[in-house]
Amino acid sequence: MADTCQTSDGYVPHAPGYVANGGPTLLTSRFLFEDSHTLERSMHTGGYAGLRTALSRVPAEVHDEVRQATLLGRGGAGFPAGVKWGFCPDGVWPRYLVVNGDESEPGTYKDRLLMERDPHQLIEGCLIACYALGLSQCFLYVRGEMALAQERIAVALNEAYEADLVGANVLGSDFSVDIVLHWGAGAYIVGEETALIESLEGNRGMPRLKPPYFPAAIGLYGQPTIVNNVETLSNLPWIMENGADAYKGYGSEASPGTRLFAVSGHVSRPGVYEVEQGVTTFRDLFYGDDYCRGIRDGNELKAFIPGGGSAPWFFGEHLDLPLEARTVSEAGSMLGSGAIVVMDETTDAVKACLRLVRFYANESCGKCAPCREGTSWEQKILQRIHDGEGRPSDIDLLLSVGNHISPGPYPVASFDAEGFEAVPFPPSQTTICPLGPSSVAPITSAIRRFREEFEALITRSDSIPVVSEAGA
Amino acid sequence: MGYFSEANEVLAAEIIDRYPRPRSAVIPLLHLAQEQEGWVTREAMLQIADLTGVTAAEVLGTGSFYEMFKFHPVGRYMVNVCTNISCQLLGGEELLDHVESTLGVSAGDTTEDGMFTVEDVECVAACTEAPCFTVNYRYFHRATPEVFDQVVSDLRDGHSPVERGSAGDSGDMPEHGTLGRVRQEIPVDKMAGVVAPEKAGEQPVWLPGPAEVDADG
Repeated sequence: MADTCQTSDGYVPHAPGYVANGGPTLLTSRFLFEDSHTLERSMHTGGYAGLRTALSRVPAEVHDEVRQATLLGRGGAGFPAGVKWGFCPDGVWPRYLVVNGDESEPGTYKDRLLMERDPHQLIEGCLIACYALGLSQCFLYVRGEMALAQERIAVALNEAYEADLVGANVLGSDFSVDIVLHWGAGAYIVGEETALIESLEGNRGMPRLKPPYFPAAIGLYGQPTIVNNVETLSNLPWIMENGADAYKGYGSEASPGTRLFAVSGHVSRPGVYEVEQGVTTFRDLFYGDDYCRGIRDGNELKAFIPGGGSAPWFFGEHLDLPLEARTVSEAGSMLGSGAIVVMDETTDAVKACLRLVRFYANESCGKCAPCREGTSWEQKILQRIHDGEGRPSDIDLLLSVGNHISPGPYPVASFDAEGFEAVPFPPSQTTICPLGPSSVAPITSAIRRFREEFEALITRSDSIPVVSEAGA
Repeated sequence: MGYFSEANEVLAAEIIDRYPRPRSAVIPLLHLAQEQEGWVTREAMLQIADLTGVTAAEVLGTGSFYEMFKFHPVGRYMVNVCTNISCQLLGGEELLDHVESTLGVSAGDTTEDGMFTVEDVECVAACTEAPCFTVNYRYFHRATPEVFDQVVSDLRDGHSPVERGSAGDSGDMPEHGTLGRVRQEIPVDKMAGVVAPEKAGEQPVWLPGPAEVDADG
């Protein structure tokens, strides 16, 4: 077997992006091995020990252990997995597990790494969940564009079936479950759990009306369905093997354990870092020697997005906040999917804002009018401001369109210099899902903080040009 | 009917059997069709409809929602350049400009020789490795114009450029339509079996547990 491999600057050629930082490795313990994706490596490094522990216990106890661990969902919403699991109605069978591997939030790169680098850890996590809750079948929904992840999971599943770790009578027990690898085909909205279920049923990936709020009540084919993120499930083997108490030894009380944070943009050493929640701050992460080693070229920080494209922006004065969901949402943003995008002083705020809004306009599924129409309006207005064709009223118009998708004060960070207080997350919405409201985040963030950059681009007047009758 | 090759018909039947309802196989079968010919033809949709018990319009309705399915011929190599925020900050748009001018086409178009289709795409989850592009969904991290030029010349010369991606990936570059080069195979004797939603009221046998594991298991 290949030895571990990491270059002196922390770069891991076979696990691109991952940087070992000397901290706890609950999720990334195998990432430095070149063959970390194989069953052989997994078995030599404690793979499937968590499954064995789980099978030796009553399923309800396994569920309890996960509830005790306060494992927060890692997909974006941060809802405790153990509680979500508890929403399955009693006595309704069959129940299904759907794994959300449709990672597409701008800035997010961690589920792909977990699927490519340690598919067996994920498979083991799926098995533990299925055993605990009596789930009859598991569908592992991997984003369509992730060809290598699909390949690695296919190989891993083939190995696991061969070794009686998946399928009929797992490890000779009466526990039987199939895990079916399913590919998406390119649609951000499918990351929303009810859209994911629609897609898995063979339909257009449009979110379902709520209530019910959780597919645990009515999900795939109308049956109780647990939808969990890849990173969430990848935590289960460690929790099973070491127990909830040990898990809570990491991170903070409200957010135990570690998380994978992808720090991208203008830092000296961008990367995916496994970080204890609630202990490390944004400043540690951006400037620490074990982490990103400062802003590139010694530049000043302009702004950063703490939790993916849908999160309101943070600024220099928010650097000392800990990486913890609750604190970040009180400060007006969200930790979301662990995607941190750093922008230095050279960044054009209008251009960055436009690019993010264009994404939501592209990806709106079209089901709700405020999002379908609103995101396109936002894009068009921003485009004309960016192109120097904007009108003075456009800034208010942008905010007004946003207000129709997400009425009321939109979550935003404090701005002490201007005397603005933070508006805590989450936003209100006139839509079924949070996609439309997410498009408002870059707009309100950028306008509140960098209004003069928008104004500087606006050269036109509000008056309607007079068309001469003769020319008509 | 008969769009799928004989081998793919066998595969299609296996795929359908993995789902409690055949309609769930629509997207996997659209991928299989795209793998066979590089794009999804009318005949393919007709047969998928037949196999999954839906109408051909429903197959198109589902398929047209998803960006990866192409309903017209595209290049053998699909070049997707990410310009979303993390890549934009590090030159993704300039990289797209280079790709367009090198290949002489705009995003959305295919080169005259049918080799390359270029697309301006959303975040592909390689944000720390920006800027990034993919060719037939194989990743090229921390990409430069020079890397792109080498990839094009490799492909024109019939070599696989996958190693150049610095993405922990290797081997051959498949033609457009093929994603994972390995398939999941579930041996019939190892299959736990599909549990249809209609099979109501039956609690799984391992509950309330615990499960007894074989000593040698």
